[in-house]
Amino acid sequence: MFEIVGISSQALLGQLVLGLVNGSFYAMLSLGLALIFGMLHIINFAHGAFYMLGSFATWLLMQWLGVNYWLALVLAPLMVGVLGVMLEKAFISRLYSLNHLFGLLFTFGLALFIEGTMHEILGGISKPYSVPEALQGALNLGFMYLPTYRGWVIVFSLAVCLTTWFVVEKTKLGSYLRAATENPALVEQFGINVPLLITLTYGAGVALAALSGVLAAPLYQVNPHMGVNLMITVFAVVVIGGMGSLGGAIITGFMLGIAEGLTKVFYPPASNLVIFVVMALVLVARPNGLFGK
Amino acid sequence: MISPRKTQAIWAGALAAAIIMPFFVYPVVLMNVLVFMLFACAFNLMLGFGGLLSFGHAAFFGSAAYVAGYAAKEWGLTFELAVACGVLIALFLGWLFALVAVRSKGIYFAMITLALSQMVYYIALQTPFTGGEDGIQSIPRPPLLGVIDISSNLALSYTILAIFTLAMLALVRISRSPFGQSLKAIRDNEDRAVSLGYNVVRYKQMAFVISAGFSGLAGSLKVFVFGIATLTDVSWLLSGEVVLMALLGGLGIMWAPALGALIVVAMQYLLAPYGAWVTIIQGLIFMGCVLLFREGIVGMVRDLLSRRRTNLKTFPN
Repeated sequence: MFEIVGISSQALLGQLVLGLVNGSFYAMLSLGLALIFGMLHIINFAHGAFYMLGSFATWLLMQWLGVNYWLALVLAPLMVGVLGVMLEKAFISRLYSLNHLFGLLFTFGLALFIEGTMHEILGGISKPYSVPEALQGALNLGFMYLPTYRGWVIVFSLAVCLTTWFVVEKTKLGSYLRAATENPALVEQFGINVPLLITLTYGAGVALAALSGVLAAPLYQVNPHMGVNLMITVFAVVVIGGMGSLGGAIITGFMLGIAEGLTKVFYPPASNLVIFVVMALVLVARPNGLFGK
Repeated sequence: MISPRKTQAIWAGALAAAIIMPFFVYPVVLMNVLVFMLFACAFNLMLGFGGLLSFGHAAFFGSAAYVAGYAAKEWGLTFELAVACGVLIALFLGWLFALVAVRSKGIYFAMITLALSQMVYYIALQTPFTGGEDGIQSIPRPPLLGVIDISSNLALSYTILAIFTLAMLALVRISRSPFGQSLKAIRDNEDRAVSLGYNVVRYKQMAFVISAGFSGLAGSLKVFVFGIATLTDVSWLLSGEVVLMALLGGLGIMWAPALGALIVVAMQYLLAPYGAWVTIIQGLIFMGCVLLFREGIVGMVRDLLSRRRTNLKTFPN
């Protein structure tokens, strides 16, 4: 095995994979945030809470109904997405005429409420969720062993990100969406139900967060506070990428995951900090982020 | 509007009440409330007057707490010098944060300050001098000016009461100064302020540094009330709580967040035995404030008193 400045390629590749896994979560979560921001012009502070709910839904479906991972992959995002749609209809839609900061404050309160409630109902102890049978073990790639589940997370989230990007940028529905972001009044004149489009966008963004939660369940332990710190890091990712572009959110997410993984190899204490440092540097050079307009 | 005379009477009444307070309320609770009142008002200088929503104010509060505590415990500094050290680090951090964040607006500004404060949190978690998960514990209460003993709860509560009063007067004075008025003008119409020749970035930076300094003062005082500085003091949860205090009290009036702080701290004491209920109820109040009364309690009372809808828009849309 070859070595780079005293670090074995095994360790390097291992951290690179971990970085890519983290990057998958950053990408999916910041994609959802960017999607919601584009339509609603609010930052969804409760995104981390919906991620946690997705994870919990997966665990609960297994515990109470014996529903397996594969079905949860569909059901959990659907359930949380519907919850998001209801919340948007009932509360968030009232905030659009106000300063956008109120949207942030409201969803922050919502996040506290959801987290506290889950803690009260299910307790603060982490719940284990085992890796589905088909994805256990490791793959021999020749130059390294890749734990199958991690490989699955990377491939699956990449596919989800690209599909979302494709739907928004290349399809008819996506063109309505993009037009409604630019000029909602005009799009409404063409007979398109813009409020419905907004509601569905929120639901879809929230469902994306829940889907990342399902992916996270076997990797990290399920607990009420799993979304919070991740959320703040994702905010930094979104700021670095610039909120304007979906593609930017995806690329930045994966890149920063890798950057974090590499920092873990070369200087572990800084691995928590690296994303925030990058954010500060990017902002000084480009106040609107890397892909911002 | 309430007349200046009435305002003076309210202030005098509040001061008189505060002076006899330590005999009726457990002094530690009183000091805790005072510290958070100061913190919330310091925060309001930015949000209420500058229109800048900082989601990272715990960074100033917490790092000041760490530094003041460390200075008193390890360097054996006197009370006022330790507090000064805390304020200095907060001023410095405020300047640093402003450097990165101040050119961004609205939501971006909030997210950037949150991310920066999370960075401070991770640093506090990892550097040896903060004591990691344990924090800095059993911090002494050193004598004031090196001679006056303030180690008893009663003596310390009067010291903090005096500092609190001066700091609040200073904050109110700042908000009414030409600086405070210019800040308001920038909040209401930034483009106009720019075209009138104001150096907007400079004003925002100033507001940031001043607000950080007073938050640091609050954090430094807190450390001598409880004798500990921990990760809670730099956490995002505290940053959120101070936003809640300001929002609940009312944003348009300099001192209104003090009322919000009183309510939030009182609630924490009342709900302490019930675990996560504090978080649940805080979340509910947050949502309620945003949906139902965005002018806060003081703003609402003022509207009722003047019997007309004052055109008090805290944020221009």
